[in-house]
Amino acid sequence: MSPSTNGSQTKRQKKAALGPYGKAGNIVNELDDRLGIAKGGRVFLDKIFPDHWSFMLGEISLYSFVVLMATGIFLALYYVPSTNDVIYHCARSATNCYHPLNGQKVSEAYNSSVYISFGVRGGLMVRQMHHWAADIFTGSIVVHMARIFFTGAFRKPRELNWTIGIIMLILAIFEGFIGYSLPDDLISGTGLRIGYSIAESIPFVGSYIVSFLWGGTFPGNIIIPRFYIIHEFLIPLALLGLIGAHLTLLVRQKHTQFAGEGRTETNVVGSPMFPTFMAKTTGFLFMVTGVSALLGAFAQINPIWQFGSYNPSKISYAVQPDWYMGWLDGALRIMPAWEWTGFGHTIPLEVFLPAVIFPGLIFNICLIWPALERRMTGDLAMHNLLDRPRDRPKRTAAGTMMLALLFTLFAASSTDVLANFFHISLNQVLWFFRIAVIVIPVIVGAVTYQMCLEMQGVHGFGKRKRAVVVHRSTDGEYSTIAADPRPGDEHSELHPTPVPRRIDVEPLVGGAVSASGSGASESGVRQVTR
Amino acid sequence: MSDLEPDHEPTRTKVPMPIAQLNDPHLGDAARDPARIEGIVAGIFLLAIVLLAGFGAAYWQNWNPWILASTMGAGLLLLGFGLTAWGKYLMPQGPFVEERHVLASSPEERDLMAAALVERSTVVVKRRKLLGGLFALGSGIFGIVALFPLIRSLGPLPGDSLDETNWRRGSLLVDATGTPIHINTLVVGGIVTVYPRGYQRTASGQATDQTVLIRVQDSAFTTMKGRETWAPAGYVAYSKECTHLGCPVGLYEQQLELLVCPCHQSMFNVRNGAVPQFGPAPRPLPQLPLMFNSQGYLEAQAGYDQAVGPGFWERTTT
Repeated sequence: MSPSTNGSQTKRQKKAALGPYGKAGNIVNELDDRLGIAKGGRVFLDKIFPDHWSFMLGEISLYSFVVLMATGIFLALYYVPSTNDVIYHCARSATNCYHPLNGQKVSEAYNSSVYISFGVRGGLMVRQMHHWAADIFTGSIVVHMARIFFTGAFRKPRELNWTIGIIMLILAIFEGFIGYSLPDDLISGTGLRIGYSIAESIPFVGSYIVSFLWGGTFPGNIIIPRFYIIHEFLIPLALLGLIGAHLTLLVRQKHTQFAGEGRTETNVVGSPMFPTFMAKTTGFLFMVTGVSALLGAFAQINPIWQFGSYNPSKISYAVQPDWYMGWLDGALRIMPAWEWTGFGHTIPLEVFLPAVIFPGLIFNICLIWPALERRMTGDLAMHNLLDRPRDRPKRTAAGTMMLALLFTLFAASSTDVLANFFHISLNQVLWFFRIAVIVIPVIVGAVTYQMCLEMQGVHGFGKRKRAVVVHRSTDGEYSTIAADPRPGDEHSELHPTPVPRRIDVEPLVGGAVSASGSGASESGVRQVTR
Repeated sequence: MSDLEPDHEPTRTKVPMPIAQLNDPHLGDAARDPARIEGIVAGIFLLAIVLLAGFGAAYWQNWNPWILASTMGAGLLLLGFGLTAWGKYLMPQGPFVEERHVLASSPEERDLMAAALVERSTVVVKRRKLLGGLFALGSGIFGIVALFPLIRSLGPLPGDSLDETNWRRGSLLVDATGTPIHINTLVVGGIVTVYPRGYQRTASGQATDQTVLIRVQDSAFTTMKGRETWAPAGYVAYSKECTHLGCPVGLYEQQLELLVCPCHQSMFNVRNGAVPQFGPAPRPLPQLPLMFNSQGYLEAQAGYDQAVGPGFWERTTT
């Protein structure tokens, strides 16, 4: 029986009865009585996170998702998902209003989005943060995915997490597209019209899909409310579940690591969850939030009040989607006009191939890649140590080819802007991209492959060069000898030790420290306390 | 003490954590002077506190949004920066090691699991084939039936809706404000977007009936064979819905007499029946046959002879 439950005790007695860890220790005791958390919790606090800068890319995705949730809840409090017509109204000399729109007929969705931007205090900041965080979210997913790919982190046993990641990327792209459609401004409405036409292009079922989804023909009045519920409930819910699965698998299978001193396939080397990793990663959450806010402060994004409310017969110049849709827009632009007709039917291949088949192909290649690589290499072993990209020239070349293809297509989504900027014919720009989209990936792949091979061949590549001293003998003969190591030349890694279960820290007098548990105290290791 | 109580007394000695190992190779020179690092981190935190207080002031005083966002952003960035520096320089870095657990179970456990799954399910199905079959049938039927309200109720069947516009014989051409088009409305080279009267302010009218009306030089103007009477007095009308992806074909290159879609740069030649001259659009823009009524206003001779806009499976080519 815990003595603290005895009522007739003085304050001092109570305090003494709490044990050496005071109230916190007592809370642990109470929780452990009910939940049995101490053993597993202790293991969790000691959980090791390997250190490498590239391991934080996934954290950027996670934390921009947190920013998206927080800012999204704020926006949802004011946004009205309706395409009913209202008159945008400014009170005379009101400062919280966009006067050029005063008295214009706009949709309620647009009206509320402009109201968020000008009428709600801090609203513009939150709207811009939300949009920037969405671009960061998709961007960091892609960069994180590239890291996983090039280092072979998707190999057994982590194929399932790779699959989950790609599904989340696809969901994030849809979420982004649907999200920027919600303000119902002229540019997003045009994007919606294009999305409608892409769905319409699917053989057999296209017209049914659009008729069901839009509740009739374009634009209808149901798509904005439906997109709203998809954007703020269905996809976030799916993403939350998948993020949970992604992280659970990460914890269960433990992190991968690069080879190094004491790092093997059967261990994990790095810093402990508590407090080191927790401090760094929480700091990183604040930094991602801070950068989103600074972008919202200084980099205007999607100024919908300048575009006006959507009207299906109006259009603006330089209509481009957000960056993560750019590759599809580029593919649509450079596709030749190949419409198939016959037997009283039409297949608009000029839309169906680049906007439905092509992305399906890309994502499917990504999904099956781990299985494909297993089959091609015959490598069925478990892998916890990461590859260096140069050691896997074929995989690295395949990855850079894919990136080159997508970036070329992304650039092709600006044919009109490029033609204007460089004062060249649109025709030439288009034909340049039609050729470049094939040639550039081939060149990039071949160059990558060759670079990998050459980097493998160079002795000591990637290691710090040692300085040499040139000697001239009395006979005039020159020779070189290695110079004395300078500070920083020697880079030795400590052999990793288990997290000490318990360390007695003595005041900084002799600096001697004895570490009990399994961590033996090394001579010269000094520990600091205050 | 009951059996449910922990059988040990809480430990009585304190277990302090190390702050940092000074010979840690990951620590820079800066970290070898922890007092200085602590001072720097404290300074960063103080600056963050000032900025975040400024954020509060900016909100309270309703200052410019960029002041609001930059004070908050810089404050949070510094807060994160300080916390990360604290973690990096003043907390134990290791390298510490943890053994991986073998994920796989023992062969016996695997066999037990597989045996439980296979044997139990086969026993159940073998003994009660009828019940299993009926249950599968019932849930299957429900699954299929439930699809109907879930999907079918979302919207109407497409039917001919994608083939139709509101243009009929005798539809009066009006602009966005509802003004009819007289023979003198446009000068040569002029352009205006028109709708059938009554639909200029409806969403469907703006989306599918939108038609671009251009006046060209020749008064006897024929775009192609069989359309000799379609463009009276040089007034020629095409669907404004691009045949590529349905964007409004909103740009008119007057000198070359080209209609240009700003979305994917398809170009249509006004002279020869809006045949696509460049870009991904596969088909000419459908042409609307025009005539003047007795008061001198433009009317449609008939509706469009084909579906306007992008292609779809049921679209028949005439």
